[in-house]
Amino acid sequence: MIDKKFKIANKNFKSRLIVGTGKYKNFRECASAIKASGANIVTVAVRRVNISDKNKARLMDYIDPKKITYLPNTAGCFKAEDAIRTLRLAREIGGWKLVKLEVLGDKKNLFPEMIETLRSTELLTKEGFKVMVYCNDDPLMAKRLENAGAAAIMPLAAPIGSGLGILNKVNIKIIRNQTKLPLIIDAGIGKSSDATLAMELGCDGVLVNTAIAKAKNPITMAEAMKHAVISGRKSFLSGRIVPNILGEPSSPSDGLI
Amino acid sequence: MKVKNKIKIMVNGKQIQVISKFSLKSLITKLKIPLNKIAIELNKKIIDKKRISKIYLQKGDKIEIVHFIGGG
Repeated sequence: MIDKKFKIANKNFKSRLIVGTGKYKNFRECASAIKASGANIVTVAVRRVNISDKNKARLMDYIDPKKITYLPNTAGCFKAEDAIRTLRLAREIGGWKLVKLEVLGDKKNLFPEMIETLRSTELLTKEGFKVMVYCNDDPLMAKRLENAGAAAIMPLAAPIGSGLGILNKVNIKIIRNQTKLPLIIDAGIGKSSDATLAMELGCDGVLVNTAIAKAKNPITMAEAMKHAVISGRKSFLSGRIVPNILGEPSSPSDGLI
Repeated sequence: MKVKNKIKIMVNGKQIQVISKFSLKSLITKLKIPLNKIAIELNKKIIDKKRISKIYLQKGDKIEIVHFIGGG
């Protein structure tokens, strides 16, 4: 079966799994997990260089931005202005235009501040950024983001890092049915079957960080996520059977002795 | 002998002293930071990295030097 390409802002990607680079024990482990996941895109954060420790290892020494697409995020930003400042700096580091916008509204549940998120999407799009937007699972807000020029809609499955899985399948399905934009589940995935479910709902991709980085074995979990996404996608494309509350034998009754 | 004047600047939230007529390029070199992996902001304005040898630091300048780290 030939699948359509996973395309974001006119660029094709082979893997539908995007992985985060945070929370790993070290960069070596992070790089191994990325390799095992088969991801072509990784999210990264923009932070101050440690000027007192000049020999500190750098992410870019372990993950080659020429081979893997860096997707700078705005994690930790609570205002549109902070997010825009962060992404302008990210663009300056290496010319990245494809970015992940994440404007938070609450330090405890890490839910997105959707008013600031919408405003940031408008401003960043006007500046030429291709904005992949972390958002809540509200179909109306998703529509507004699309109208504001978002390059991808990235609703949460559950709070960031919670590992609760997809809490509102219906909303995700509604968003799927209303948009042709890439729909990527971002945040809340806990195990590989959550990623499969996201793909079975018709999402174009899944973004996973904590579920891999904090697994007892991040490398094998990265591999599990890779297969889960492929499996879910194939399952979605194959067209599932109509569910039936009654049983239907798989073996023919004809010729029964 | 003439004593060189020193000025105080803030780099990534830390106060440091440099001699006057110290360029932004000299600062990056002194801190041993690879230029192709960073972005620089001077008083909240992003600086074109090609121009840093022509920018001289002034007393009270606030500089932010950022790079990519792991994130989700």
